[in-house]
Amino acid sequence: MNKILLIIQREYLTRVRQKSFIIMTILGPVLMAGIFIVPVWLALQQSDDSTVLVVDDSFLFTDRMQNTENITFIYTTESLDSAKSALTAEEGVDAVLYIHKDIMTTTKGIQLVYETQPSIHAIRHIETVLSNDIEKFKLAKYGINQATMDAAKTNVSLVTKKIDETGQENSANTEVSMMVGLFSGLLIYMFIFLYGVQVMRGVIEEKTSRIIEVIISSVKPFELMMGKIIGIALVGLTQFLLWIVLTTSLISGSQAIIESQFSKDDLGGQSIEEVMSSNQVAVPQEAEEEVAQFNEAALDDFMKSFDTINFAVIIGSFLFYFLGGYLLYSALFAAVGSAVDNEADSQQFMLPITIPIIFSFVMAQYVISNPEGALSFWLSIIPFTSPIIMMVRIPFGVPYWELALSMAMLVIGFIGTTWLAGRIYRTGILMYGKKINYKELWKWLRYH
Amino acid sequence: MTNPIFRAEHVSKAYAGHVALRDVSISVAEGSIFGLLGPNGAGKTSLIRIINQITAPDTGNLWFGNERLQQHHLHRIGYLPEERGLYKKMKVGEQALYLAQLKGLSKKDALIKLKYWFEKFEIQTWWNKKVEELSKGMAQKVQFIVTVLHEPQLLILDEPFSGFDPINTNLIKSEILELRKKGTTIIFSTHNMGSVEELCDNIALINNAHVILEGNVTEVRNRFRSHVYEVQFGGGMMDFSHSLGTYGELLSHGPEGSLMEAKVKLVNDATTNLLLGNIMRAVEVHGFREVMPSMNDIFIRAVEESKQEAKSVIQ
Repeated sequence: MNKILLIIQREYLTRVRQKSFIIMTILGPVLMAGIFIVPVWLALQQSDDSTVLVVDDSFLFTDRMQNTENITFIYTTESLDSAKSALTAEEGVDAVLYIHKDIMTTTKGIQLVYETQPSIHAIRHIETVLSNDIEKFKLAKYGINQATMDAAKTNVSLVTKKIDETGQENSANTEVSMMVGLFSGLLIYMFIFLYGVQVMRGVIEEKTSRIIEVIISSVKPFELMMGKIIGIALVGLTQFLLWIVLTTSLISGSQAIIESQFSKDDLGGQSIEEVMSSNQVAVPQEAEEEVAQFNEAALDDFMKSFDTINFAVIIGSFLFYFLGGYLLYSALFAAVGSAVDNEADSQQFMLPITIPIIFSFVMAQYVISNPEGALSFWLSIIPFTSPIIMMVRIPFGVPYWELALSMAMLVIGFIGTTWLAGRIYRTGILMYGKKINYKELWKWLRYH
Repeated sequence: MTNPIFRAEHVSKAYAGHVALRDVSISVAEGSIFGLLGPNGAGKTSLIRIINQITAPDTGNLWFGNERLQQHHLHRIGYLPEERGLYKKMKVGEQALYLAQLKGLSKKDALIKLKYWFEKFEIQTWWNKKVEELSKGMAQKVQFIVTVLHEPQLLILDEPFSGFDPINTNLIKSEILELRKKGTTIIFSTHNMGSVEELCDNIALINNAHVILEGNVTEVRNRFRSHVYEVQFGGGMMDFSHSLGTYGELLSHGPEGSLMEAKVKLVNDATTNLLLGNIMRAVEVHGFREVMPSMNDIFIRAVEESKQEAKSVIQ
């Protein structure tokens, strides 16, 4: 046992100290955080103050729109064309807002002509102010007072609930489940490949450098194989852990910085999360009004459903399936590495190993839309596909007995592949120069 | 043999379609240097792998001291394989430490011993260098150190001199002798017959999976002696060859500096004194000594003889 610990330590330290590991550890969270932070930051950029020249042919808005911190409104009685020439001629004007005289009948045709593009915020602000005011005018015109209007406003958002066999109800949000499921499936897919291949490379390196002959006189081949597999598993776990820690601290750190720099007014009355989530959604121009309202409600729901997802189960299962899937496949990768003399020759054996992994990733799409179906069930039980497929299913809720069965099968699975790999490994590492095919491998399985 | 540190008894090993060892038995005395000889593919490396428990024999027994050979004996065995290598990207010191610990040394002990050896070979500056930065000769020194670091009782070297330049070869030879003085037993397999004459006490010659020759080196050379003598003399060649008479057969002759030199084979059961007497009457003898067969010659002869034997068995 002591020897395996020595081997694990060596495999772990040599890889964790490599430059590539450190770069990946830092790069991953930076990218992840960037995906969340950068759009927010961009949206909040209000570095440019805009001066807007308002040509109001309807005479309804003159002097009504108030200047904000970044937008200055100048009201003019000039015609649109002269205003436009003022735009190009003068330095002080950034854009011209044209409100046509029939604005109470139709809102189409309100233009914003600019020399330098105003920020999204400026545009949004102008739209909000205009639409609010027009609404007020219309209400007054139709004789409805504001209070009545507010009371009539209805907002329907469905609360989806799942009922399980015991009759317990849980509210769930499908989109969120999909996201979480796909994401964890993807992570497991990536990690199995990334670290499984490292195992194979390590085995091949020991063969080509011939150090295997020296080591094999001190330890048993199986000890060397397991030490390597476990050592690399620890490298993967370390990297994963560091990623989580770094990503969360980067995101919350950036949130804090942004929040301190921008007050809530600048954000148009939204919080950072709301800005973030509404920025992720691409919305066509006309529907923005509705979207603004929808966002409020959906955001609530969004946040609520995150709560319903049992993160403890997900993280626990993720760790289990990551380790189990890795152990199952890395044993096979080790066997392949031992059978060849260089990485180029490994291609022919890689294919049958990678097919189930890729298959499960492709099937993830299907499983998402059909998490309770028969095919999804079987795919989440069979150990070769279960690491990815079961992770995809879990956010949708999986009965405990299915989870237990799947986990048991995975354990049996990796014990089986490890045993198999051990027999191939111990013969293969001392075999050089022979072109290995499946018949050879079968023979090796049966050597005592 | 009073104290064999290692014994193999009736060991056989076959791989798919190929017999590597057939009923091989050897006995290695403690504190001796044992040469394992044989042509390529004869089975030497298979036997060495079996001793190191890298593979298991099909039949036969192996003994280490008084016990059956077991896993834990590996801590007392050192092995330098023919195809030897190191982790290229690892640092020398760290790697030597790792390999020593795998052999059962504690980290503390390993560090002390490594310091000793690195100073002895004057390679202290390499401690933090990566193996790939070393030249081949440098790497060989490191490999040797790693093999003997844990002070094994039994040291097994497979072709230790292959790929070594003359200086390193000399270094290894003197280390082997020094280790023997300290009581280490050494088994080495080689084609370098010169080294066998220089170093080995006993040998076993393996051909085609079985032992065709074994014993003490001096005794083996005696066995193969062919009673050839080298004579240096002053005088005429004609006189010399006439003087041989029925006692000697002239094999070769030629000038050697200001003298003549000839090789003569003793025949017809004559004694050296009889031959020498004849020669002395004819020429002025300056030197007379027996030419012992070289291990190289013995090797070739023994292999040839066994081939002949094999053929006759088939016929």
